[in-house]
Amino acid sequence: MAQAIETADKLDKLEAESIYILREAYKKLGKLGMLWSIGKDSTVLLWLAKKAFYGHCPFPFIHVDTKHKIPEMIEYRDRVARELNLDLIVHTNQAALDAGMGPDKGRLACCQALKTEGLKQVVKKYGFDGLIVGVRRDEEGSRSKERVFSERKEDDAWDYANQPPELWDQFKTDFPKGHHIRVHPLLAWNELDIWEYIRRENIPIIDLYFAKNGKRYRSLGCACCTGQIESEADTLDKIIEELKHTTTSERAGRKQDQEDSYAMQKLRKEGYM
Amino acid sequence: MSKEIENKEAGLNIVVVGHVDHGKSTVIGRLLYDTDSLPQGAIDKVAKIAHDTGKPFEYAYLLDAFEEEQQQGITIDTTRIQFSTAKRDYVIIDAPGHKEFLKNMISGAAGAEAALLIVDGKQGVQEQSRRHAYMLSMLGIKKVYVLVNKMDLADYAETAFVKIKHEMGAFLAELGVYPLKYIPVSGLQGDNIASRSAHMPWYKGEDLLEALDLLDGEQAASDRALRLPIQDVYKFDSRRIIAGRIEAGQLAVGDEIAIYPSGRKTKVVSFPYWQERDKVTEAAAGASTGIQVADEFFNQRGEIITRAGDTPPLTGRRLRVSLFWLGKKPLKLNQRYKLKLATQEVEAQVESIEKIIDASSLDQRAAEEVKEIRLNDVAEVILKLKEEIAFDRFQDYQATGRFVLVDGYDVAGGGIVLGLEKEKQGEFSQKAMRYIMSHLPQNGELIVVVKDGEIVRLERTEREVFSGIDGEGI
Repeated sequence: MAQAIETADKLDKLEAESIYILREAYKKLGKLGMLWSIGKDSTVLLWLAKKAFYGHCPFPFIHVDTKHKIPEMIEYRDRVARELNLDLIVHTNQAALDAGMGPDKGRLACCQALKTEGLKQVVKKYGFDGLIVGVRRDEEGSRSKERVFSERKEDDAWDYANQPPELWDQFKTDFPKGHHIRVHPLLAWNELDIWEYIRRENIPIIDLYFAKNGKRYRSLGCACCTGQIESEADTLDKIIEELKHTTTSERAGRKQDQEDSYAMQKLRKEGYM
Repeated sequence: MSKEIENKEAGLNIVVVGHVDHGKSTVIGRLLYDTDSLPQGAIDKVAKIAHDTGKPFEYAYLLDAFEEEQQQGITIDTTRIQFSTAKRDYVIIDAPGHKEFLKNMISGAAGAEAALLIVDGKQGVQEQSRRHAYMLSMLGIKKVYVLVNKMDLADYAETAFVKIKHEMGAFLAELGVYPLKYIPVSGLQGDNIASRSAHMPWYKGEDLLEALDLLDGEQAASDRALRLPIQDVYKFDSRRIIAGRIEAGQLAVGDEIAIYPSGRKTKVVSFPYWQERDKVTEAAAGASTGIQVADEFFNQRGEIITRAGDTPPLTGRRLRVSLFWLGKKPLKLNQRYKLKLATQEVEAQVESIEKIIDASSLDQRAAEEVKEIRLNDVAEVILKLKEEIAFDRFQDYQATGRFVLVDGYDVAGGGIVLGLEKEKQGEFSQKAMRYIMSHLPQNGELIVVVKDGEIVRLERTEREVFSGIDGEGI
């Protein structure tokens, strides 16, 4: 291992940094939860948490269920939660669903209600001081500007134009009651790093990512707003090979992003993940 | 995206700094574009924005993702974007050039191992060119390339390039920064970015892309004395695990370790693990690790572990430091702040301001009359801490020699440790106080002889104190 660290490969460095961040969050933030979207990134995050805490997960996992998810995701979620004995909180913005919210009301409005608002409800209900979220800088522009510890005010708003300094892994751990911190341990990873790490660590992953009949999901979300890509990649090796040569962006299949040039910035300002 | 090369070196983080409008985002955007590092979606998105707003296609929009940044044509916050060459993966950190956003520039630069300092070939060296150069020197970034940009506007003239090279070089030399290269470029036209320019035959050096691959990555500090700051102590099951990241040196099962500030010693018994593949008997700088030790005495976050026999960290509570202030409220003498150094947190006050430095002119103000340090000022001060901590001089160990100051809820400043200051006369360290208290005689006097804050001798007298009056004791 000493040798391995000296010639530290990129994945070793990323893993060590993410574990450091998770341990800081656990030590310095009060009530902590981890968002688990069932996708590859938050599954890697779950794995890193197990490593950081020696097989334990000392905080609950949260899934904001829009009830529009791809059905296999829900099956997978319940199975993994059972197998790993996770403390899982599933929350749905039922009031919005009852009022008929769906993508036909506008994709951004739908994300806003079922995801952002749902998330706000769960933060408030459980009084979280910290939420661990698996977003990455290379996913899209507003995420590329994120801090590792990013404060959200009472209304969950992100004051992105006025972010505090963040240097030398001295993260923002002081904030008024009622605010919370979004913790982003995977910011420095890119899509390829995630897949190479999944392969190296042999992490079980939902099979929607693997091609069937010439198509696969590259990014997972709600069934209505998430498209598949043309692909023959039905193994980890093939996915990694495919990503090395792709020129399309990871979230190209996510329809909410295409509604507006600044769609994600607008959603995230209001508290979206 | 990533080029297909196995066994690549670990990534290198490079910050791009310089005065506002000298073209930082444009140089980076061009580099990404010319190296085919961008997904089609990103370019389409910028083209759509240009089309929607009726503005020309701006490479800078590839980085300046916020609506406000694109509308105002400025960079507000730092962006980190990845690109790859056959040699390695890079993270390019685009830092804002406005003085107003210096805190964001520093946040970006603090995570970098090398820097590109961009100077406009026509405008020449400006206030933020110098201020940013100063910050690089303070953050300990020694690998610097100066890019003289917008050479197209300076008629690709060698004289313009040489003039800036001399001016910037003279300023940097005063800071002890010696750029590895000066490269004439045009971000907009793509000259000397990813290919050599035909417009400047007088320039015989590398283009930016070639020059990047010549940079050496940071050597892991594993051949140094061990520095393992305790991050937390876990007791999830029967194992008691001391967790932390090794900042320097290395550690193996069986090693005798000393834990500072107390200096207590014990032995490493094992490195616990969850997955079989993580089973190790030693670990080195860079690793987020955990150890079980032989003697389970009380340990806490903040203490620094080193190997017995290794150079120990300094311990004390008066520190001479160089700091920059980023808070809207000035840093005031004798006000209480929280200092965070590695994993330690302690209350701190500025005891005295030694000098204030104008980071853009290097003018120094003696600090007799100065009672506060304002936004974007750089100063050398003496910090007094409420409790003793373990630390190093920044020049010896970076990770345990730098700190931030928290004012209220916000990180409002940061700095580097220059050295330990002796305790003042008449003031005792906590350790000295404990020592004195334990030696107080039942009767009589204790005379404490102090020199430079250290106790050199204790003298007891048997005579009763205040016993003279009417022969009655008190």
